[in-house]
Amino acid sequence: MSHDDFQRHEAGIFTPAFFILLLLTLIGFFLVGLRFVKGIGAVSNMSDGYPWGIWITYDVATGTAIACGGYAMAILVYIRNQMHYHPMIRSAVLTSLFGYGLAGFSVMVDVGRPWNAYNFFIPSKWQVNSAMFEVALCVMAYTTVLLIEFLPAILTRLEEADSRSLQRLAERLHRKAGVDQDRLMTRIEWARAGAAWLRPRLDKVLIFIIVLGITLPTMHQSSLGSLLLIASTKLHPLWHTGFLPLLFLINCIYIGYSICILESVLSSYAFKRPFETKELAGLAAIIPWVTAIWLSVVVGDLLWRGQLGKVFAFDFYAGFFLLEIGLVGCGSFILFSAKNRRSVRWLFVSAALIVIGGALYRFNVYLIGFNPGEGWRYFPSLAEFMVTIGIIAFEILCYKVLVKILPVLPRLHGRDHTAPAVPVAPPLPQSN
Amino acid sequence: MAKPTRRGFLVGLAVGSASLACGGMAAAVEAGGEAVGSAQNELGMLYDATRCVGCKACMAACKRVNGDYGSLAFERAAFDPDGLWDAPQDLSGSTRTLIKLFKQSDREWSYVKYSCMHCRKPSCVSVCPVSAMTRDPRTGVVDYNKDTCIGCRYCQVACAFNIPRFQWDSATPQIVKCDLCVHTNLAKKGVTACAEACPAGAILFGKRAKLLVEARRRLAEKPGFYLDHVYGEHEVGGTNHLYLSALPFNRLGLPQLPESPPAEFSEKIQHTIYKGFVAPVALYGALCWLALRNLKKQPHDDGSHTDDDKKEGSHES
Ligand code: SF4
Ligand code: SF4
Repeated sequence: MSHDDFQRHEAGIFTPAFFILLLLTLIGFFLVGLRFVKGIGAVSNMSDGYPWGIWITYDVATGTAIACGGYAMAILVYIRNQMHYHPMIRSAVLTSLFGYGLAGFSVMVDVGRPWNAYNFFIPSKWQVNSAMFEVALCVMAYTTVLLIEFLPAILTRLEEADSRSLQRLAERLHRKAGVDQDRLMTRIEWARAGAAWLRPRLDKVLIFIIVLGITLPTMHQSSLGSLLLIASTKLHPLWHTGFLPLLFLINCIYIGYSICILESVLSSYAFKRPFETKELAGLAAIIPWVTAIWLSVVVGDLLWRGQLGKVFAFDFYAGFFLLEIGLVGCGSFILFSAKNRRSVRWLFVSAALIVIGGALYRFNVYLIGFNPGEGWRYFPSLAEFMVTIGIIAFEILCYKVLVKILPVLPRLHGRDHTAPAVPVAPPLPQSN
Repeated sequence: MAKPTRRGFLVGLAVGSASLACGGMAAAVEAGGEAVGSAQNELGMLYDATRCVGCKACMAACKRVNGDYGSLAFERAAFDPDGLWDAPQDLSGSTRTLIKLFKQSDREWSYVKYSCMHCRKPSCVSVCPVSAMTRDPRTGVVDYNKDTCIGCRYCQVACAFNIPRFQWDSATPQIVKCDLCVHTNLAKKGVTACAEACPAGAILFGKRAKLLVEARRRLAEKPGFYLDHVYGEHEVGGTNHLYLSALPFNRLGLPQLPESPPAEFSEKIQHTIYKGFVAPVALYGALCWLALRNLKKQPHDDGSHTDDDKKEGSHES
């Protein structure tokens, strides 16, 4: 691995957690199979009144916000020029990649006629009035961008991997899967040469890709809010506002930072590594300002539309509204104190509150505040839950396996108190 | 009836005695008549709830005529294991139009017919990402194309009338909604199957402008009999399917809606953000400039960062 400052997490893959996750994944995928044979109605409680259930609300609308860590970190590092957060980016990009990839997968499970999706690439079918069109194209583009952003890590690994470890890998594969060892080795040599050729070229243009990776989420995260603009007669006035796109955009930014904190704390805990307290405290200092802006837009907009009274109706909708505001508010309040920001426990608690509150906001807009009229009711079925859980389990499973195969986590020695490790996109365009 | 007059046609329907074929021909003449400007020529229907007798002939005709087109199927009732009746409870993936009875009291009741309103500014068309929902600017018919639809169901979320239905039990589901028989009865006979089948003259097919005149005439003819409102004249920007009723429309399941089309509101915002794609490009350009400038400021030592740039970073926070 030479001077690469990332390392593989040395541990067995087949832990008990692995099998639990695998089981959940298999159940989920079985139900997905059922859905494709028997129709969506066979596994879900969605109806013509509630045509979007938790697959869209959680997996797509909320899941991509939770996957906004890569986006939020990229803003911080490249736009606000805080390079010392660089080492946190690689795992952020990886989880973003998973988040978006699986959101795309969920969409394919959710839409009824996925084989017609090619129409997104036929200009005569484009429908630019549709926020969904914009979301779909941007999400596809962004997933590609994330892949390219993660590519240098893989290329570096390929290029610099010493042949001994590859030999070992080949042997293992040969033993386990009966892969022809010699053929594999020549293939790997080819791949290595290719990687060596590609990487410097990629480095030159990478910054433009990275910036694209900031522009695209700005567009589609706001459009995820725009999706519900049309439902002016169905979405409760507490949430239906012309500011939906702006609110969704700010919402995904604070969720993004908070999720970075959660991920970092969780993986430090799970992989028994030291906490990155210093970086986390820095991140945490940003969050309350973002949420403060968001809360002021929410309240200001309610005032402006003259709907503030609805908050004090203390009915079902007001309850969920207050809960969402309360969770985000509490979490932010904790983070205003510099002392709390240095405590891993408070960091974790407040980040969790903000993520849950921010996610609840999206649920409120997509499901809870959505009322198509009398006689319609929706609560997800068990099978519907299991599909979502299966997809999440699959995501965690992949992450856990991948950090044990690829060097994703920062190398431990040498980073304890001084500068953090190499950035995800190591040598940035230095020639220009 | 070689040269049926409009009035004659209307009377014929009102009495419910004209033969179905003649009615169809008459309507065809109506449809292809003089051009008075595009909006005038839009096709629609006027459903008069006070005339409907609830025989459901329109429902049967709709499935008979459009059965293959949109794969409409019969729906069984729980009490009918042999499948003798078609017993849909609601609009569904196999039912495009439906008659329901609303009882306010023993004396006051009304039938109501549901089907697509053929909005003049349809939300479903505005939101469909792949143009599977379209509105013919000439006839005003909102049509659905199963060969482009991806089944995202955004049209269902968007439609204020909850009209588009999805085939939840199918592995190759379609969206199902009334298309004014454009591919079937309208193309063949120039009239919708339901209007053709109605024996009570409750469904009048024709051009929107003329239907409106007729609706107003009925309101003026029997003051106090009807509710003084043509439902669909102004709702969500106007619809080509119009209603008359003696009972409050929202009781009949026709929601109270604002006059401004929701699609106008959402499109205005979407267009403000994406006008000519200037904003996204400008954003990208500005961000590139910032990022490049930031990179130049970086001290380069093989990409790894020293305490120096840590300090530099913290200045800004
Ligand atoms: S009633 Fe609904 S489905 Fe019919 S045109 Fe209007 S928005 Fe579209
Ligand atoms: S379900 Fe089909 S018709 Fe409806 S919005 Fe989606 S693609 Fe368009």
